[in-house]
Amino acid sequence: MTPAITRDDLIDFVHAEARMLDEGRFDDWLALWMADGMYWMPLDWNQQDPIGETSLLWEDQFMLRLRIERLNGARTFSQKPKSRCLHVLNRPDCDLIDNAAGRYTVVTRMTYVETRLDDQFLLAITARHDLRWHDGALKIAQKRVDLLNCDAAFGNIQLLP
Amino acid sequence: MMRYPETREAMAALVQPRQVHRDLYINPQVYALEVKHLFSNTWLFVGHESQVPNKGDYYTTQLADQPVIMVRHSDDQVHVLYNRCPHKGTKIVIDRSGNTGKFFRCPYHAWSFKTDGCLLAIPLKKGYDGTGLDQSEAAHGMTAVGAVHNYRGFVFARMAPQGIDFETYFGGSLSSFDNMIDRSPAGRLVVAGAPLRYLHKCNWKMLVENQTDTCHPMVAHESSAGTAVKIWESMEKPAGMKTPPAMEIVAPFVSPYEFFENMGIRTWPNGHGHTGVHHSIHSDYSEIPGYLEQMTAAYGEDRARAILGENRHNTVFFPTIMIKGPIQQLRNFIPLAADRTLVESWIYRLVDAPEDLVARTAMYNRMINAPTSMVGHDDLEMYERAQEGLQVQAAEWVNVQRLYEDGEDFTQEAVLNGTTERQMRNQFHAWVKFMTATLPSEAEATQ
Repeated sequence: MTPAITRDDLIDFVHAEARMLDEGRFDDWLALWMADGMYWMPLDWNQQDPIGETSLLWEDQFMLRLRIERLNGARTFSQKPKSRCLHVLNRPDCDLIDNAAGRYTVVTRMTYVETRLDDQFLLAITARHDLRWHDGALKIAQKRVDLLNCDAAFGNIQLLP
Repeated sequence: MMRYPETREAMAALVQPRQVHRDLYINPQVYALEVKHLFSNTWLFVGHESQVPNKGDYYTTQLADQPVIMVRHSDDQVHVLYNRCPHKGTKIVIDRSGNTGKFFRCPYHAWSFKTDGCLLAIPLKKGYDGTGLDQSEAAHGMTAVGAVHNYRGFVFARMAPQGIDFETYFGGSLSSFDNMIDRSPAGRLVVAGAPLRYLHKCNWKMLVENQTDTCHPMVAHESSAGTAVKIWESMEKPAGMKTPPAMEIVAPFVSPYEFFENMGIRTWPNGHGHTGVHHSIHSDYSEIPGYLEQMTAAYGEDRARAILGENRHNTVFFPTIMIKGPIQQLRNFIPLAADRTLVESWIYRLVDAPEDLVARTAMYNRMINAPTSMVGHDDLEMYERAQEGLQVQAAEWVNVQRLYEDGEDFTQEAVLNGTTERQMRNQFHAWVKFMTATLPSEAEATQ
């Protein structure tokens, strides 16, 4: 059946995804992904190659699941105490709505804040969601997160911008 | 904070055979003396020549807190100059890389310099007529570091004008660079992309010690590597499914103590050493199709197998460099302050080898050494807790005596049990040697 996804549906999806991360509902978050979905956070501005150069993140579903299980682990020392995060979203731009092909692209500017103990840092990011209509639902085929200061020196970024 | 007399005796007293004083990690005066003596008298990493392939290409970086420019001069040699206009002190270039053409031009008053640092021109120069400009430090142009050495493409600098030469300083440890570079059928590496830049709020020594600390992975990395193994074992896998590269990389981190005991540690004079004499966490990576054939064609079968059979884990080039030869990675620990270290993790492409190799290396780099790395998070957590814990005045010493033996002679190469802390002691022995080499003795200082 051809989907009838609207701009509002896409905006709601991106908002719901960010809220799951902020509220630590990671199992719900993992269920949003295609089985071959990839989470990409480039290291270089306008980076094109995630394979032959270093990225900050280029993670498949195994790696994302590992990341989530580690966050909940009993001996995860860098998460004692746990970090908290907040995504503050601008209105998403729906760059592609192709219901015939079941393909959608949403670009969202946002600020990301992460805190632990007395430290807090802020990242300005552009998130690009490539979505698919799959098994009667929207799923993430790729999420690309570009940090405005991707080439800066960072301390630990422990949660998922 | 304790204020020390700036003498050989005062610094040497901070290092004992089995323990070292906490001020090595937390005291700003000790850091300032390290910049002036230790980091000046030793050889530090600058960059790789493939970052400046053409004449006039430059790359900016730091030697400890000293800003420098690596630049390819008109004679094709790579020079290393301090990034400071001799006139008023302005940094000449601040972008990380670029091409300056035939000369540098200061953006403040347009003094210009050849790419070997020589003063080329000053606008309205007649204003200096009769002022004795040629007697000034400014007229010498941009200052070069004390010595530069390009070893098979890797560029190193010694800031002190006089001191130990490159080959004597590194000695047998250069075999780890040779193995990394020989893994290219063409015997040549090329930098692959930007480095990870990871800021650590801790002293540089914690990072360098950790490179040969083989008793922490199974503890600190249980949360990442241990969890990965558990997930992998619980997954339903089709028969004959190959272990994915991510598991090949991360699983060996939680090998048992015996694995690390048996891998061995080798130490060389001047503070250098490596883990993984007999095997390492890099030994069991799957073969990349076509690579062995390319290596055999280049070197002959025996030599190719010997190169690929050497799987050293971490080689420390004291004071601030670590490489992983089997995966062509270099980590540069740049000490910014007593409690701040910038870690830049570079990877290199093997010229004439399959692209799958650099893909595995890029994966290793981001999985283990990124600010977003699940493995790096727990390491940094330990260093930063130690940086804060060492503030405790009631306990002054840091212990480094695992498998200590009386009469250890650090002037000789040695191979030992892989869980010894001898390489850490070797580093502290070298720390005293190069820290005190240019300090006055107590008697000289009081004269």
